[in-house]
Amino acid sequence: MPEYAIETAALRREFGRNVAVAGLSLAVPRGEVFGFLGPNGAGKTTSLKLLLGLVAPTSGGGTVLGAPLGNTAVRARIGFLPEHFRFHDCLNARELLHFHGRLLGLPARGLRTRIEALLLRVGLDDAAHRPLRTYSKGMTQRAGLAAALLGAPELVFLDEPTSGLDPLGRLLVRDVIKELRDGGATVFLNSHLLGEVEATCDRVAFVKNGLVVHELELANATGTLDVEMRVGHVDDALLEGLAAFGTGVQRDETFVRMHANSESVLPELARWLVGRNVALYELRCGRKTLEEWFVEVMGEDQRPG
Amino acid sequence: MMRGTLLIARLTWLETRRRKIALAALICGLLFLTVYGTAMYFGFRLARAGGPTGEDPVDAVGMRVAATILTVAGLYVVNFLVNAVAILLPIDSLSGEIGSGVIQTLASKPVDRAAIVVGKWLAYLLMTAAYLVLMAGGVVVIMRFCADYTAPAVVVPMGLMLLGAATMLSITIAGGVRLSTITNGIVAFGFYGVAFIAGWMEQILSMFGNSTARHVGTVVSLVSPTDSMWRRAAYELQPLATVVLQNGPFGVVSVPSAVMILWAALFSVAVLWFAVWQFRRRPL
Repeated sequence: MPEYAIETAALRREFGRNVAVAGLSLAVPRGEVFGFLGPNGAGKTTSLKLLLGLVAPTSGGGTVLGAPLGNTAVRARIGFLPEHFRFHDCLNARELLHFHGRLLGLPARGLRTRIEALLLRVGLDDAAHRPLRTYSKGMTQRAGLAAALLGAPELVFLDEPTSGLDPLGRLLVRDVIKELRDGGATVFLNSHLLGEVEATCDRVAFVKNGLVVHELELANATGTLDVEMRVGHVDDALLEGLAAFGTGVQRDETFVRMHANSESVLPELARWLVGRNVALYELRCGRKTLEEWFVEVMGEDQRPG
Repeated sequence: MMRGTLLIARLTWLETRRRKIALAALICGLLFLTVYGTAMYFGFRLARAGGPTGEDPVDAVGMRVAATILTVAGLYVVNFLVNAVAILLPIDSLSGEIGSGVIQTLASKPVDRAAIVVGKWLAYLLMTAAYLVLMAGGVVVIMRFCADYTAPAVVVPMGLMLLGAATMLSITIAGGVRLSTITNGIVAFGFYGVAFIAGWMEQILSMFGNSTARHVGTVVSLVSPTDSMWRRAAYELQPLATVVLQNGPFGVVSVPSAVMILWAALFSVAVLWFAVWQFRRRPL
């Protein structure tokens, strides 16, 4: 069993002169909920299509669940919810799931039970007999989610899964992701909703111009405190002393800033400053949100998409 | 591959039925048969009665020639409708699903992309065949009832008409891989139109011994064999009639050879293979 659910090396895709994905190198461990973040046009959807074998790479390669990209058989172990799930709208949800089950090669025995359980899970049991064309956007998305989960996949790709969902629908997706992780599945989440990503992902990759520019362990990154203080006189000895309480000590005209591992450092820090007769006018701390990380990593030059 | 092909064929069949596409084609076909049947009924009754005045009775040979001409004429219209069905049924099948994103859901399943293309082709071919049997069968039954005439051979001609329609089906499916729905329709009907005109050109100019026109017609038949299949079907329907009808609109001066039939079959398969090859390479 390979250690990684997804592994790619310098994956590149060009459309004519346009480079959609410049050189994607990823390693997503099994059992992880992995967030894939980036501004519009960063190459996220094309990257996802490359991993699913919907688009062939111009160069580079990789594996998904140990099989080379584009392998057909491995797709039986993969679930996929596109951003705008569409299917033949003359079918009802039950028929849709039945057809998907057969395409996945699931045996007829047990499929009906599995379909009913999933319809109940996504809250479509009452509407399962209605054609998909009568569904709202959120209902269609939930039908797509059920289809993505049908084969009890080891790896699930969710492309903007909460777009079009109301708050209850978003909670449903969040719970489903948690259930998948608890069941040992890997989730690859492509989303613009940073709050959703922050709440569900173990790790995120930031993509810019078709390249992964930064990766972040969310448990560590959002656990780090940003400490900011305004003191009377700052000299090199003070800055050296502060380094004992955290990392990344920096100063500007007004503030001294640093990172601390936990809030328990703050009282000690205050006592140390007072003990050195440093005039302490202000001491505050805050955690960096994923949104702030996003802006920092992507840079201020990004235009809204 | 086979499981996937049959599943896609079943889905395509179900969709065509649910979207009432097949029903619309059926209603139009029945409308044609109603008009055709009404005309035949009154026409032959009048002929038997000796015309409006009752003074011009038509002899048995004349009745048979008229019945033959009108059977071929009826099947000529059926052939056109069957070709139209073979083009219109799949016209937005692939391009529409690529545009809407449905194809992403299908292609991300453990199914070879060839199964998607071949499954659709198979479903549409079966529908076209069912339509052909219904319509051509309707013409034959009407002539049996109205003119007491039974075409001596219908199975082989119907097979040839289906083969001609299969070439158009393959062309339309292949076009749908890369072209938009409208562009695909223009291209597919273009192929049909070119074959139609080339067939007539070959027919008419062959009567005057123009070998160049005949060669041009043959070359066009190689590119779009559907009209040559109709001409061979018309010949098979009633070889005697082709002598009688030689100078008429449904006559067959230049009878396509057995090699052309083989070519049409190869053409259908080759174009379908091209569609599969293109679809496998296409980013979705």
